[in-house]
Amino acid sequence: MSGTFNTVIQLVYVAAASCFILGLHLMNNPATARRGNQISAVGMIAAVAATAALIIHLGVISVTGWIVIAAGVLVGGGLGLYTARTVKMTAMPQLVSIFNAVGGGAAALVAIRDYMTLGGSVAASTSVPTLLDVIIGSVTFSGSIIAAGKLQGLITSAPVSFPGARIVNLLLIAVAVGVGGYVIAAPSLIQLGVVIAAALIFGVSMVMPIGGADMPVVISLLNAFTGTAVAMAGFVINNTALIIAGALVGASGGILTKLMADAMNRSIPNIMLGGFGSGDAIVAAAGVAGAGVQSIAADDAAIQLAYASKVIIVPGYGLAAAQAQHEVAALADLLESRGVDVSYAIHPVAGRMPGHMNVLLAEANVPYPLLKEMDDINPEFARTDVALVIGANDVTNPAARRPGTAISGMPILDVDHAKSIIVIKRSMGHGYAGIDNELYTDPKTAMFFADAKKGLAELTAAVKTLVA
Amino acid sequence: MLLTDFIIFVLSLWVGFEVISKVPATLHTPLMSAANSIHGIVLAGAMVIAATAHNVVGYILAFVAVAFAAMNVVGGYVVTGRMLKMFRRRATPPAVTAAAGTAGAARPAAAVPSPNGKATA
Repeated sequence: MSGTFNTVIQLVYVAAASCFILGLHLMNNPATARRGNQISAVGMIAAVAATAALIIHLGVISVTGWIVIAAGVLVGGGLGLYTARTVKMTAMPQLVSIFNAVGGGAAALVAIRDYMTLGGSVAASTSVPTLLDVIIGSVTFSGSIIAAGKLQGLITSAPVSFPGARIVNLLLIAVAVGVGGYVIAAPSLIQLGVVIAAALIFGVSMVMPIGGADMPVVISLLNAFTGTAVAMAGFVINNTALIIAGALVGASGGILTKLMADAMNRSIPNIMLGGFGSGDAIVAAAGVAGAGVQSIAADDAAIQLAYASKVIIVPGYGLAAAQAQHEVAALADLLESRGVDVSYAIHPVAGRMPGHMNVLLAEANVPYPLLKEMDDINPEFARTDVALVIGANDVTNPAARRPGTAISGMPILDVDHAKSIIVIKRSMGHGYAGIDNELYTDPKTAMFFADAKKGLAELTAAVKTLVA
Repeated sequence: MLLTDFIIFVLSLWVGFEVISKVPATLHTPLMSAANSIHGIVLAGAMVIAATAHNVVGYILAFVAVAFAAMNVVGGYVVTGRMLKMFRRRATPPAVTAAAGTAGAARPAAAVPSPNGKATA
C-alpha cells in the first residue's frame, strides 16, 4: 500500500516537472507565453498538494508543524502577492533579485535543517549535496540582497572594492570548501556554521565590486545559482521534483548569463573579478568631446521624423531611468498614424536585467511585433531614414568595430548605417565604458540636447503641429 | 539512488538548455521571472523539514524556509503573469479585431489569422 502511495506521489512530481518544461517551452512566443505560465503554475500546485499528501501519509508531522507551514505560507505568500502586484516595471530586477535571495535562502535552510536532524551521521552521497546546497544557497542569499540593494539605489551602484579584495574572496572560498570538506569527514555544527558564515560573506564581497551596468549578468548568474541550490536540496531530501525544477532554472540562468556576457563583450570571470569602469585599462578613443557635434532643435527634428518613411527607435537604459517609455510610445503612435514605419531596436543589455527594455515598452502599450532583436534589426538600418537614439550610448558606438578601444568587439546596433541619426541626450557625457561615442561626431548625426522625457514630449508636440 | 538522481539532474539540465535557448530576447525578463517561480518548488522541501521538526529551532528554521519559499512561488507566478499580460500585438482593446502591422506577419499568432494592415491608433 505504501509502495503504491509513493508511486502515485512520484507520478504527480513527474507530471509537475512536465508542466514546468511545457511552460518554459511555451515562453518561446509572446502569444503563448501566458498559457505557459498558467500551465507551470498548475504543475506547482499539484507538486505542493502531493507534498502535503506525502506529509500526512508519513504521519510524523505535529500540529505545531502544520501551524508553522500555514503561518509561513500566509506570511510569505502574502508578501509575495503584495510585492508582485505593486512593483513598478522599472523595479523588476530588484524583485527578481529578492526572489532569488529567498529561493536560495530556503534551499540552504532545507539542507541546514536536514543536517541538524540527521546529526551528520550520513553517507557522503548526502553530505556532499548538503554542503553544496548550504554554500551555494548562502552565497545566493547574501549576494542577491546586495544586488537588490544596488539596483534599488540603497547601496552605491558603483563598484566597491579595496586592495586585496580578490585575495580575500579566494580565502573565503578556500575556507568554505576546506572547512566544508572537514564537515563531511567529521560532522560538526560549529564547522557548518563557519561554512555558512564564509559563504554569506563571500556573497557580499562577490557582488559589491560589480558595477551597475553589469547587473544583467549578475542577476542571471545568481538565478542560475538559486536553481542549482534548489536542485542540491532535491538531492538532500531525495525529491525528484526539486532536482528537475532546480536543473531547469540552473540551465536558464546559465544561458542568460552567457548571452548577457557575450552582449557586453566580457567574460564571466572578468565581470566577477570586477573593476570594469573603475578607471584601469581604459584608453580614451580618438575624438574630442564637443568637437564636430551638431545640435538640432525640436522643430527640425520633428520635421525629419514626420516626413520619414522608416524610423527606428533605439532605446537605452537612460530612457527607462527617465521613466520616458510612455512618451516614446506616444511619439511612435503619432508617427505611425502619419504612415511612418516605426520599429524599436533593442540591444540585449538595454536595461538592468535581460529583456528589461521589452517589458518597459510593453507596459507602455508598444505592440511586441515592433520590438526587434539586434540581429534582426541591424540589416534594416541601411533602409532607415531616421534612427532616433534615446538614452543608449556604448551599444551604438561604431568604435566597437575597431580593435584597440575599451568596447572593441562588443556587438552593437548599426545605428550609423541609417541615413540620418537623431540622438536625445542631456549632455556629451560618456557611457559606462568611459569613452567618446563616435556616433555623435558623425556628420549624419544631430544631437537634441534634452532630458529624455521632456525632449520626447517636445518632439511629439512639434510633430502634431505639422500637416500630414 | 544518488546515481539515479544525478542522471535526472544532468538530463534536466540538457532539456533546460534546449527549451530555453529558443526563447526570444523579447521575453527574457518574463522567462527569468518564470524560472524564478519554478525554483519556488523549494516550498515542497520546506514543508518536508517542517514535518520532521520537533523543537523550537526546527520550527523556526522551517517557518523561515516556508515563508521564503512561499514568497518566491506566489510572487513569481503573479508577477510573471502580470508582465506577460502586457505583451500585446496591438494596443486596441478588442484584441480579436486588432490587425497586425506588417512586422507582425512574420510571427503568426496562434489563434487569430491576422490580416495585413494597420490598426487605427
